[in-house]
Formats: sequence, C-alpha cells, structure tokens
Amino acid sequence: MGVTFSVLLMEDSGVVMPVSADVLRVLSATDSEPVVLFCCGAVRFLDSLLASPQQPIEDVLTEDEIIRWSTIIKAEHQLVILFSTEQRGEHCLYVQRFNPNTLMKHRFETEPGFSAPINFSATCRGSNIHLLYLYLNGSVYESVLPFRSSSTGAEVVQALSRSLCLSLPLGEEKLMSGAAVVLDEAHVAVVGFPHPSAGACKDYLCIWNTHFQTLQACKEMAGRIYSQLWCYSGKLYVPHGKMLSVIPFDCQKSSLAAAMGKQKQTSQSAECSFVTSWTSQSCTDVTQTTEIKSRMSTRNNIKSALTVDQLIQHIKTSAVEDVQAEVGEFIRRTPQADLQLAAGRVALELVSRSQTDANFYPQCAFLLLLETRYLCYSVCPELLSLAMVKKDFHLCQIAFQIFSDIPEAVTCACLKTILSTPDLEMETVNLDTDSVIFMKELTRAQSRSDEEGGQLNGFCPPALESDVSDTPSNKLQRDPLALDTSCPVGLHKGALLNEVLQTAYSDRSLLPHLKDLTVPQVIVFLQYLRFLYFKYSHDAHKQIRALRTPSISQIIDWVCLLLDAHFTVLAVAPEAKRLVFDLHKFVRSQVKLYAELGKIEGSLQVLKNSKQSEDFGMYAIHVIELF
Amino acid sequence: MGEFKVHRVRFFDYMPSGIRALAFNRDTERMAVARMDGSVEIFHCSDRFFQEKIIPGREQCGIEGLSWVGERLFSAGLNGGITEYDLTNQKVKYTIDAYGGPIWTITGNQQGTHLAVGCEDGTVKLFEVNEDKIQFERNLDRQKSRIVSLSWHPSGSKIAAGMMDMIQIFNVETGHSIHRMLADRGVGTSRSKECVVWSVVYLSDGTIVSGDSVGMVKLWDDQTGTLIKSHNVTKCDVLALSVSQNEDSLVAGTSEGTVVQFQFVSMVLGKDDNEWVRTRTFKNHTHDIRAVAEITTAVVSGGMDAQLVVKPLLDKIEVRSAASALRKIHFPHRRLVFCARKSGLMLFQYPGHLELWRLGESEGKGIPGSSLFVKRNPEKLLHLKVKGEDHIRCSAVSPCGEWIVYSTASSLRLYRLHCDNNNVSITKISKLPKVLSSANQLCFSSDSSHLFSASTQSSVHIVSLSQSGCKFVGTLKPKSGSHQAIHLLAASEDGEWLASANSDHEVHIYNLQTRKAHCTVPVYSSAVTAMGIHATTNCLFMMYADQQMCEYSIEQKQYTDWSRTVQRKGLHRLWMERDTPCLNVMFNPQNPSHVILHDTYMLCIIDQSLPLPDDKTQFYNQLTLKSLTEEQRKSHSHAFKVCKTFKDILCVELISDQSLVVVERPLEDVATQLPAPIKQKKFAT
Repeated sequence: MGVTFSVLLMEDSGVVMPVSADVLRVLSATDSEPVVLFCCGAVRFLDSLLASPQQPIEDVLTEDEIIRWSTIIKAEHQLVILFSTEQRGEHCLYVQRFNPNTLMKHRFETEPGFSAPINFSATCRGSNIHLLYLYLNGSVYESVLPFRSSSTGAEVVQALSRSLCLSLPLGEEKLMSGAAVVLDEAHVAVVGFPHPSAGACKDYLCIWNTHFQTLQACKEMAGRIYSQLWCYSGKLYVPHGKMLSVIPFDCQKSSLAAAMGKQKQTSQSAECSFVTSWTSQSCTDVTQTTEIKSRMSTRNNIKSALTVDQLIQHIKTSAVEDVQAEVGEFIRRTPQADLQLAAGRVALELVSRSQTDANFYPQCAFLLLLETRYLCYSVCPELLSLAMVKKDFHLCQIAFQIFSDIPEAVTCACLKTILSTPDLEMETVNLDTDSVIFMKELTRAQSRSDEEGGQLNGFCPPALESDVSDTPSNKLQRDPLALDTSCPVGLHKGALLNEVLQTAYSDRSLLPHLKDLTVPQVIVFLQYLRFLYFKYSHDAHKQIRALRTPSISQIIDWVCLLLDAHFTVLAVAPEAKRLVFDLHKFVRSQVKLYAELGKIEGSLQVLKNSKQSEDFGMYAIHVIELF
Repeated sequence: MGEFKVHRVRFFDYMPSGIRALAFNRDTERMAVARMDGSVEIFHCSDRFFQEKIIPGREQCGIEGLSWVGERLFSAGLNGGITEYDLTNQKVKYTIDAYGGPIWTITGNQQGTHLAVGCEDGTVKLFEVNEDKIQFERNLDRQKSRIVSLSWHPSGSKIAAGMMDMIQIFNVETGHSIHRMLADRGVGTSRSKECVVWSVVYLSDGTIVSGDSVGMVKLWDDQTGTLIKSHNVTKCDVLALSVSQNEDSLVAGTSEGTVVQFQFVSMVLGKDDNEWVRTRTFKNHTHDIRAVAEITTAVVSGGMDAQLVVKPLLDKIEVRSAASALRKIHFPHRRLVFCARKSGLMLFQYPGHLELWRLGESEGKGIPGSSLFVKRNPEKLLHLKVKGEDHIRCSAVSPCGEWIVYSTASSLRLYRLHCDNNNVSITKISKLPKVLSSANQLCFSSDSSHLFSASTQSSVHIVSLSQSGCKFVGTLKPKSGSHQAIHLLAASEDGEWLASANSDHEVHIYNLQTRKAHCTVPVYSSAVTAMGIHATTNCLFMMYADQQMCEYSIEQKQYTDWSRTVQRKGLHRLWMERDTPCLNVMFNPQNPSHVILHDTYMLCIIDQSLPLPDDKTQFYNQLTLKSLTEEQRKSHSHAFKVCKTFKDILCVELISDQSLVVVERPLEDVATQLPAPIKQKKFAT
C-alpha cells in the first residue's frame, strides 16, 4: 500500500527523478522515512536520494544475484531491511541495519531437493527479529536475528542458524507454492498446504500452534488459493478464486489445555492421558523411512505389508473382515513413528466408509487403532459419534479412556445416550472388565456392610439426630445409607457413567450442554452421583483395587454442575424433592464433620510445630554460609 | 562470600530477674526499672528504650518501690532502708534506715520536697528531700496494719494509703486521717482472706483509684469517703496502677498478665460529664504484672516474667514508625559474655558468679547448613563466686585467656589463670594499685599486656600486667565534658588507641603511647551501643541505639567516606525498624572490608565494598542469593548480609581460628525456669 502511494504522489507532482541505478522497491514502515532498495542491493533513504538523485549507488550484490524477497521492520525507532537473494541455486539473506549502517549476509542452509525457501514472514519480538520461512517440503523454520548488530563486520558469510518450528503434513499432490505468516509467538497461518485430515483438497487456511504442533483452526476457501497471504492489524487477507477474504482473527494465549482440549483434572494418571500429536514427527523423516521400508519389504515379502495408501484403497472397497485383518496387520508391522501419522488417516477412512455404508462397521479395527493410543478426538472427531449411533458402548468406553480432548458438547451427547439407553440393553454390552469389577465391588461392599449392620467408619452424622423432629418418617429413612441400598443404575451403565465422570471438561462450556438432559435423566444421574458420593464418604471404594476410578472431587464437581444446570427443575419436580433433601442432609452432616476435623487438624498442627523446633541440645558446631 | 564455622552455645543459663517496680521521669524521659535482684536500670524512652545505665543489685535487697524526685532516684525495700542512687557513677549513693520495718512503698510529691514511705509497722513516714541527703521529718498517724501503697494528691496536702482491707486518707499537715474507706473482701472462700489494696492513685479532682487483691479497680470520692464505682477486672489480683499525665487514662496490671486500660470519657457525645470506662485489655505477659507506667505514648509494664513490655497506645501516635511497634525487652543491653579470642575460652557473667568455659572442638568439614561432629565437648573450667554481697558490675577475660577480672560496686578482683592440660588453677593478684578499687567497665589490650579500667569522672586507668603482678601505668582523662560513667571500652589491635563511650553519648579516643586524649567523636543524639576499632585501618566503628552506624577515622579525626555515604544515602527501612540494639562490632581479619554485627535476632556482616541497599532493594536477600549462580549473585548482593539462623542471641564473637561463637539463650528455656504463673483455664487443656 505504502509503496504505490508514494510513487503516485511523485507522478502527480510531475517530478521525474532519474537515479543512477535500478530501483527495486521503495519500502516504508509506519512513521518512518521511506527507504529505497536498489536491484543491486544498495539501500538509500528516500529523502537523501531525492536530495541528490545522481549520487553513485554501489553494487552490493554480485552480478547474477537477484533479490527474491524484501521487507522492512521497525522497532525501537530502528529500521532494519531484510532481503533474500538467489544466485545459482544458492540462497542468502541480507540484513541491512542503519545508524550505524551495517550489512550482514547469511546463507540459508540448503536441503537436498528443496533448496529455496518459498515464503518469508518476519516479525519483531523483544529485541530480536523472528524470521519464519517455509520450504516446499512443509518445513517451517525460524531464525532469530538480533535487532542491533553486535558483530563488527566479519566478512565470513555464516549459515543462518535456524530451528524447525513446524512440519506441515503433505498431501499426495506435488505442491508448487504456499505461504505462511506469523500471527503471534505461538501461531502461524498457512495456505497452500493440505488440511491434515481433509484429504487432497488443499484450499484451506490453517492456523497452527507451533508450541504444541497442533492445528488450532482451519477454514475452507472456495476456489483456488493463490498461495498468498497477508496479515495486517488482526486481520488475515487471503486471495482465493475471484475473491479476497478478510478474516479477522484472535489468538488466545496458547496453553496445552487450549491446544489439547480442556484438561481440567490434573490427577489423571499417565496411562490414560498419553496423547501424542501426529504432527510432532518431522514429515520428511516419515516419508523417507516409509520409502525405505516399502522398498525393503518388497524385496523380502511382497504380500504382507501394505503402505498407508494401499491400505486406504483397500478400506474403500474390501469387506469388513478383510479390512479388519489388514488394519491389524498394518498396525503390527508399521514402525511406531509411521504409525503415528498413519493411524489418523486410516481411522478417518474407516469412519467415512462406515458412515456411508451402513453394513460396514469394523469395530475390531477401531479398537486396535485406539489401542495404539495415537488417536485423539481431534484427529478423528466422527469416531465417537459413529460409535454412539451404532450403540457401540465398548468403543465409547475405550475412547473416553484414551481421548483427552473430547468437547463438552460431545461428552454431554454421550451422557445423554448412556442415560437414555435401558439398563437391560446395556447389560449385554461387553465392557472393560476392570470397570465392571469396580462397579460390582462397589455394590457388593454396600450389601456386605449392611449385613454386618454397622457403619464402616463408625461415623454417625450429628445433624441427623437433630433432624428427627422435622422428618416424621421411619428410622430407616433417616439414615442416608439405608436410603440408598441399591445402585440406581445397572452395573454397565454405572461403569460407563464413571468414564464420563473422569473426562476432562471446563465447567463453563459444559454447563449449557448439560441443560439438554431431560428431567428423568437428571434425576437418575443425580441419584447415581449421590450413590457414589455416599459410597465414597463411607470409604467403601478404598478396598476396591481398580485402575480407573472417579475421584471424590470429580463426583462432587459433577453434582455441583448438575445442580447448577437444573436448579429450577430440581426445585420444582416433585420426584426430585426427596433426593435433594437427602443429599442436603448428608452434605450438611459432612460439612459438620469436616469442621470438626479442621479443629483436630489445628490441634495436631500445633503439636507438630512444637516438636519441630530445632533441638540440638546445649552445644553444636554448625557451618553457615553467607552470600 | 563466606563460610563460617559456628559454635552454637546454649549453656549460658542466664536468667533475667523479675521486674518489681517502675518509675517514669517525664522531664528526662527516663524509665527506672527495679528488679527482684535489687538492680536498678535506667531506660531512655525516647532513644529506642536503650538501657543506658545499670546499677547492679546485691544479695538480700528486695526493692519494693522506686520514686523520682526531680532527677534524683530513690528506692525503698524490705530491708527497711531508703536508698538514693548516684546516677552519674551508676552506684548507690547512700542508704538510710527508716526504722519502720520493711518498707512496702515509696513515693515523692510533685513539688519535689518530700518523700513518703509506707512501712510494715503501720506508719507513713515523711522525709524531707535536702540538697544532698534526705532527712526524716515525721510520722503520720500510725495505723494497725502495714501500709502497702501510697499516693500523694498532686497538691501535696493529702496522701492516700492502701492497707489491708482499707484505704486511709491523711492530711499531710496534721498527720491525721481524714477518711477511712473499707475495701470489700472477696466472696465465698476468699471471704476469710484479707483484701490487700496493692495500689492507689490519687487524682487531682479528688478521686482515689485503688486496685486490690480481690480483682477490683475501685473509684472513691475523697470528700465523702464513698465508693463511686467499681470495676471487676480479674479474678486474681490487681497489682499495679498508673495514670497518665493529664489524668484521662489509667492502666491496671493484673496477676494474670493483662494490662487493662480505663479512659475518662464522656458517656454522651458532646457533654462534659466524663466517666471512667474500661476500654482496652492487653495481654503481653505470661506472669504477674508487678508494675505499670503510662508514659507519653505507651504503656510500659513489667513483672515476674522479667520482660519489659512497651505497648504503644495507637490513639496517641500520629506517624507509624519504629517507635510505634510493640517492644519487648528481654535481655540487658550490655554484654554478659566475653571471649578470649586467642584461646577459645568464654567467660559468662552471672549476677553472683563467673563461669569460664572452654569451647568444644569439631572434626572434619561440613557443607553449609550441616552440623559437624563434636570431637570434644565444651568444658566448664571455672566457677568463681563473688566475695561479698554486691553483684558483678562488669568483668573481662584477656584475649590470651590468662587473666580474668571483675568488679563489683565495692571491689575489683584480678585473677591469673593457670591452665596446664586438665589442671586449672587461679591465683588472685593481691596488692592491686589503689586506683583499681572499682570499675565501671573493664577491657584488656589485644596483646593482654594491659588492663583498662573505666573509673569515675569518665577517666580510664591503665595497668600493666606481667608475670610478677600488675603495675599502675597512668590515667587517661577526657579533655573536658561530662563525668558520666563509661559503659563501653574498645582497644585497638596494634595497642595504639583506646576508645571510651559514656552515657552522655560522648566517645573519647586516647593515644596509648602518649597517654593523652587524642580526639572526641562528634556527639550524636543517640547512645553508642557497641563499638570496635578496625585492626588495619584504625577506624572506629560505632553502632547507635537508633540503629545508625558511623565509621570514624582515628588518624584523620574525621568520618570516613563510607560513613558519609551511609549517612547520605540512609539505611534501609528494615534495618532501621529492628528493635534491639547491636551489641558487638567485630572485624574479619581475612577480609578487611567486613564488619560483623549482631543484635538479639540476627547476625550481620557488612561488606563495605558492596553497594548499599536502597529502600527498593530486597533487604533480607540471603535466600535469594543462595538460589542464584555465582555470576548472578554479584548483581543482586548488597552490603548487608543478614543471617537469621540464630535467635535470642546474647553474644556473637569472632575467635582467632575464623570461627564464630554464638551464645543463644532461647526464651523458651527462660520461660521454663520461671515460677509457675497463675493457673488459668486455657482452651484445649
């Protein structure tokens, strides 16, 4: 914009300025003097050039060196001009600084096959310039240049130190161009590269998080994208087809939680939170190794190992059994690094076939893919809803255990399905045995303690005694334990609900979706939560050894959320009255108990503190150090 | 910066003595404190409560009361005598017998003409205060029971006397009783016990306030002799009362350790009919409060737990400062521990005896923060009982550990110590020069060849020590100035210089070669609490009660540049807010820029080569520095390196093998040795 404007002005005023060398570009940054960049690499301020147009212009570049890209950066009242050149396949970056005038030359490290960076984006952060550049193989590198030159003009041309900050996935088609632009320190917008799971169509604007190597957002652009992209003041400008789209964007503070879905619970054990993003592996490595691998395998055993592409072709056509066998074989034979990339593609393909072909549902293949733990919700979002549609609760359960990035809306939809499915139907489903055993033990511990006729921890809530007058029902009903001798849901449903309770969520996003539950569903769920809460309060679960159990705080959080979401319903619905009343009574007694415990804790703390006082007797020789 | 081996000593069983009486002099802002052991201390209330003067007590002298008459201080006690103190030389001036049996109370009138004492035999005796003595004048009408408390009406014409079960009002002129007011005994079982009126205060409007053993504070009208109002303050005794100068506030100390404040305020806003209303309760003591005094902006209290507590009254303070913080004074502001630097001996000064200990030895090396294996335990070499009834005023051990000297009010004794292997013997040096009859402060030269003894009129006697005995060498006299007693002496390492500080804040420097006064350090408004002469630069480093510090070059007779920088930049806020004075100044021979200081709560090394902290700097930065690397430390460190590992420090001394001796006296240990307090029901017991 600035460039054309200044040229027009000059033409309007009719001033023609013959200068002694070819001008390449006039660069200007806001609130600073425009700078003229000559084809030969020399740089002059426009004002000084206008003052004496015929001044000699030195040749900075060699004869056949051509400037490919240039930009100007301004920060701290300091201007820096960057331009890259090409000379017989060798690419260099020049950094021109002013006051004092210094010119630094750096050489871009070459990569066999992809010698030239195809796109540059430079930003200023702190006292450094961050230069991001993109290669056709999908590698995005970052180089950091100091804003103020520190070297005293050592004439050795050094290779530009760089770090790989992103490896973009490549589609099947050979790419010719692409563009990347830095949005902030963690986000990069890319056009011209295919969406990782949308297949061959490459007309996508993708925003990548470089910290976590995740795809943050994407937008399909109608028509062909011209591999051009600009970013000015919070808006992205993308020419595509016959349009220029202006897309305002907002980069939120990136965190792992935001990148991976909301990871609220911190107590998740390592086994279930292991999710790796498939992009963390460099794409070049993968393609190279697969090539070698396939060559090797052709020599050894022609029949067995399929490449990903072959497998995907097979999935499109073969029968369920064959597909399942092939997927199993593929997972068994493919090296872990390759599998990370391939699992997502295979799963996507399987899901899309299942969605179109009603008879095609390779459950075993899905389970095998899940077991690789390379899948996550974002890689294959349709999988969970497909499982729900097919009422494949086993798959759901495994997915809940493995995926840590399930959106709250999906969690709620699953919860709804689970609650609305009749217990009878549920009992036939084959579920993870560990979880079912937990439920069995939980209900058994109950009946056992009833048989013994005593409470396990000997706690008698004091509040209940005082409430005798206002509850004229019989004695059995006053005891919250006796109220709920049985689990309100079947074992399998309970096991599935436990999985839901352990998913990660953020309550603000969950709350609106939770409102979708119907009143009977809410009451059943709340009854179940109350059942768990009572159980946990009586320490029954401590005797059960199980790998995954909801924690007491998870249960209480869900109770709070449910009460919050359905407050009015629970206040009005007659069938909820008893439930809420009992829950309240129990909570009140617990609060009293904890208040008492707090007092004991205070006393014990005093005892502990009094013991802690340093006691070394009457004499000691210490060593102290002062700094 | 530096690693130190620290001998952490806790076997000095110092027990502060309980506080029995307080007397506040409004004109000089001095608080006189009498303790159970008969010692009297003078605190300067406007100089951070620095303990300016200590007059040691003596056996069997239970002081029961203290009273200022002008700038003269009198005490009376159960031995039946009235004592006047010589505050200039910090000793008893004279004692006269009142011939009335044990004296329970003494009080002077506001006019400064008379003293009244209350005796066991039931008499109130009036003494006329003369120029240099007091003279018995007459008795007031004799009563049947002992007189426990007395208070003059501000006009000086009437005296209220608290007795057993009653209060009498006497007309001073006639000596007759005007009114007799009966104090009620307690109810129930205490019915049979007499009610002791522990304290009375006679206000100018004719109101008499009494505090008694039933726990009541009662207000009486002296015109009618009737009770106006009574406040039940405690179930135990109300032992002490004190009224503010303008008679709008009254404090009562109880045997539960609480101080209860009453204020004379109007009950209806805007009206003038004021009443005494109980307003606040402070609990800063664990034991009986035996004395309270309301001073300008604070309530001072003391009792059986031996601590002097200064509780500021926040409604009378305008600016928050170090003066507005609660202050508890546990330990004397004088040194009680002396180290023989070159031989690893320690001398502990108790009131009635001295103990000499040899420090233990360690084996191996340890990382900072660890304790070393103690190869040899410390060993008590000597227990030296004082001859006579007087308590020790000052003592010293020579750096080589060969000489021990102590002085009481009446005598000075010098001993020579013979240590061969495990046999320790001492010989008393007889035939001391006459000038060494008594000393206010004692100090040895660093080569142990001379003894300096601070004497009357701010003079210092020099005595040379040798195998054969000791010989008087000469007397150092200040050119002019005050004759106050010297409380600090510091000799230089090279034997050239001697500095003395007296309680008029004067610091004189003498040349020991010529035995002449060399110069006087400019007098500062605050008292010197510690000083030392630097071994290589011969600069005198002084610490003041208001936490300021000065370094004075003896040779150039002026403050050093560093000292001027400190004064110009000011010290850090947190340094200034510390509430105990620095009691020792030492120098690290391995690093001449290091000055080592300590107070009750910390040990500090000042590195004069480092920048001074300003108020934005983190002052206590040792933990921060510990976490940084060597490089980063340089940019973060400042001159004050404070170590807070130790607490309740009585003394820190650097001995010649570069290790520090830290003598601690944990307050918990002191508390366990106190008599049991009044039993009170506490929560969770």
